[in-house]
Amino acid sequence: MAESTQPLSARAKLAVTAGRAAAAVSRAAGRGSGSVIGGKVALRLDPELLSRLAGHLDVVLVSATNGKTTTTRLIAEALRAGGEVVSNALGANMPAGITSALSGGSTARYGVIEVDEKYLAGVARDVTPKVIALLNLSRDQLDRAAETRMLAEHWREGLQGVKATVVANADDPLVVWAASSSGDVVWVAAGQEWKDDAWSCPSCGGVLHRNGEDWRCGACGFGRPTPTWVLSGDHVLDPHGSAWPIQLQLPGRANKANAASSAAVAAVFGIPPHVSLERMQAVTAVAGRYDVVSYLGRDIRLLLAKNPAGWLETFSLIDPPPTPVILSVNARGADGTDTSWLWDVDYTRLLGHPVAVIGDRRLDLAVRLEVAGVDFRVCADAAEAVRTLPPGRIEAIANYTAFQDLRRVVGN
Amino acid sequence: MTASALRLVWVYPDLLSTYGDQGNVLVMERRARQRGLHVERVDVRSDQPIPTSGDIYLIGGGEDRPQRLAAERLRRDGGLQRAADNGAIIFSVCAGYQILGHEFINDLGQREPGLGLLDVISTRGEGARCVGDVLADMDPGMGLPQLTGFENHQGITHLGPGVRPFARVTVGRGNGTGDGTEGAWRDTVFGTYMHGPVLARNPRIADHMLKLTLDVGALPPVDERWFEALRSERISAALNTAA
Ligand SMILES: [Zn+2]
Repeated sequence: MAESTQPLSARAKLAVTAGRAAAAVSRAAGRGSGSVIGGKVALRLDPELLSRLAGHLDVVLVSATNGKTTTTRLIAEALRAGGEVVSNALGANMPAGITSALSGGSTARYGVIEVDEKYLAGVARDVTPKVIALLNLSRDQLDRAAETRMLAEHWREGLQGVKATVVANADDPLVVWAASSSGDVVWVAAGQEWKDDAWSCPSCGGVLHRNGEDWRCGACGFGRPTPTWVLSGDHVLDPHGSAWPIQLQLPGRANKANAASSAAVAAVFGIPPHVSLERMQAVTAVAGRYDVVSYLGRDIRLLLAKNPAGWLETFSLIDPPPTPVILSVNARGADGTDTSWLWDVDYTRLLGHPVAVIGDRRLDLAVRLEVAGVDFRVCADAAEAVRTLPPGRIEAIANYTAFQDLRRVVGN
Repeated sequence: MTASALRLVWVYPDLLSTYGDQGNVLVMERRARQRGLHVERVDVRSDQPIPTSGDIYLIGGGEDRPQRLAAERLRRDGGLQRAADNGAIIFSVCAGYQILGHEFINDLGQREPGLGLLDVISTRGEGARCVGDVLADMDPGMGLPQLTGFENHQGITHLGPGVRPFARVTVGRGNGTGDGTEGAWRDTVFGTYMHGPVLARNPRIADHMLKLTLDVGALPPVDERWFEALRSERISAALNTAA
C-alpha cells in the first residue's frame, strides 16, 4: 500500500498546473473535456510526470479489446470501499489522457487506469502498478490496428519482469499466453463468447481444441490454466469456493464477467467480494453506454459495439423478439474505415426482431442483413427509424462514432 | 458440378478469416440458393484434409503468421492442387491469393513457397500499406461490371505470363506493382487483394463462378436492389477519394 507521500517536484507541479490550464482553455473553446490536450502539455513540460504522479498511488491498470471502460469503472467503485480513487473514467486511455486524469488526484490512495492495448507495456513500466487486469483480446479496426497476436506478444514482453499481480481471463487463449510471462497471475474464468481469434495456438501455431470450457493446443500442450475465481451464471466463486451473487444494473453476460474480474482485483487489496460486488451495483451507465433515453415518446437503450466480439456480446443481452432494434454503423477514422468486419458478426441472431438500419454505412448493413435473411428497413436517420419501428422499448446498437452521433440526437 | 448439391469449401477459417472474407462464402451460398440449388458448405480447419471433390473453394485473408502456417499445411496436404487439376473453381483473397502463387514473404521475412496454382510472385512493399476503397475495370475476358473493393495489404504481386490480371485499377493500388493491375486469374483459379468482402460488393463475380460450375450461359435474375445501392455508393466514394 502507499506509504510516504513524496511531494511532487517544482517541475512536476508546474507541469500539472500548465496541463490544467491548457485543459481549461480547451474546454472553454468547446473542444471536449480538454483532458488529452492538458495531459499533452503537462507531459511535454515533464516527461517523467506520469511516473511521478503515480508514485504515491496504488495503481491498477485495466486493458482489453472490449469492456475496459466499464471494468475500470467497476474496479474504481469497488476500491472506494478502501479509500479515495482517481481514475480516467471517461476512457481517455493513452498516456496523455492518463496523465491528465492522475493530475486530479493528489489526495487519492488508488489510481484505477484504463489503458489502450497498444500502450499497456509502456504505461506498466512508467507507473509501477500493483495490479494489471487483462480481460480479452480480439480483432478491432483492422485497417490500422496491430495484429491481435502481435498485441498479445507485446503484452507478454511488457509483463516480463513487472512486479504487479496480473488478474487475467483464463478463457481467452491470447490473454493466457500474454499473462503467463508474469510470475504472479490470478486466473479468472470469465468466459469468452467470441472465439474466432483464438483457434490457432499463440505459442506454437498448432490448432487449439476445445472441450466445454477447456481448451488445449494439440501440438505443444499449451492450455487453459486452472482458475481460482470463476464466473458461474449469476455468481462469482471465490478462491475458497464461496459463491457470491452478482447483481448489476448493467446488462449482459460480458458485464458479469467484468464484475468477476473486478472482484478478483479488489480482493488483491483486501476488499472481500461481498463488499466489492455490492458497490458495483451502484454503476448504471458508463459514458452513456446502456443508458435508456426517451426520444419521440419512445424508450431507447443505447448500446455500443465496436468490433465483432462486442456485437456478439451485445446480441446476447438485448431483449428477445419482437423487441425492435436500430443498428447504426459508420466507418470514420475512429471506427476503422473498412466495414468488412460486419461479415464476421452473426446477424442471424437478429432473426425475428424488426430492424431499422441507419448511419453512414447503412447500405453495407442492408446487404449484410439481406444475405443473413433478416428483415430490415433502411432509414435516413434515428427519427425515421423510431417512427418506422413497431411499439416497445428499442435497442439501439451502434459502433463508435455512430454511437456518439446517436447520443447527440437522442441524448438527454 | 456433377453431384446433386453445390459443394462449397471454405479453406482454413481458423487461420484465414480475419478480414470478413467469410462474407464471400455467405454471398456465394445465398446466390446459389436463390437459384434453387442445394448447397453443401464444408468448412475445413487447418488440421483437417482438404476434400478434393468440391465445386468452389474459397480462401480468405489473414495475418502474417497464420498465412505461413496455412501455406505449410496446404503444401503438405496437396488437396487444393488436386481440386484445381480436377477443374474446381478456386477463389482467393489477399493472403490466400499470395499463397496460390509461387512464393511470398512470410512473417519471418523469408521467401515462403506457395502452391504454384497462379503464375505470380509476391514480395513485401517498402512503402506505406495499401489501405482504402478501390475501383477497377474487370478483365474483359470475364465480361463483368466494374470492380469495387477495399484493400488492406503490404504485399506486391508480380504477374507472370501464365495469368491475366483480374482487373485494372482506376482508384487504388491493387497488385502494388505500379502497372495498374489488380489480382490474377487463369481458367478457374482467381486471386484478388479485394476485401469488402469482394463478393458482397460484386455479386456478379459470384454468379460468374456459378455459371462456370454449372456450365450455363445465364442464371435466373435475383433481387439486386441493395447490392446495387451499395455498389453505386462505394463507386462514388472511391471516385470522390480520388478526386
Ligand atoms: Zn501450441
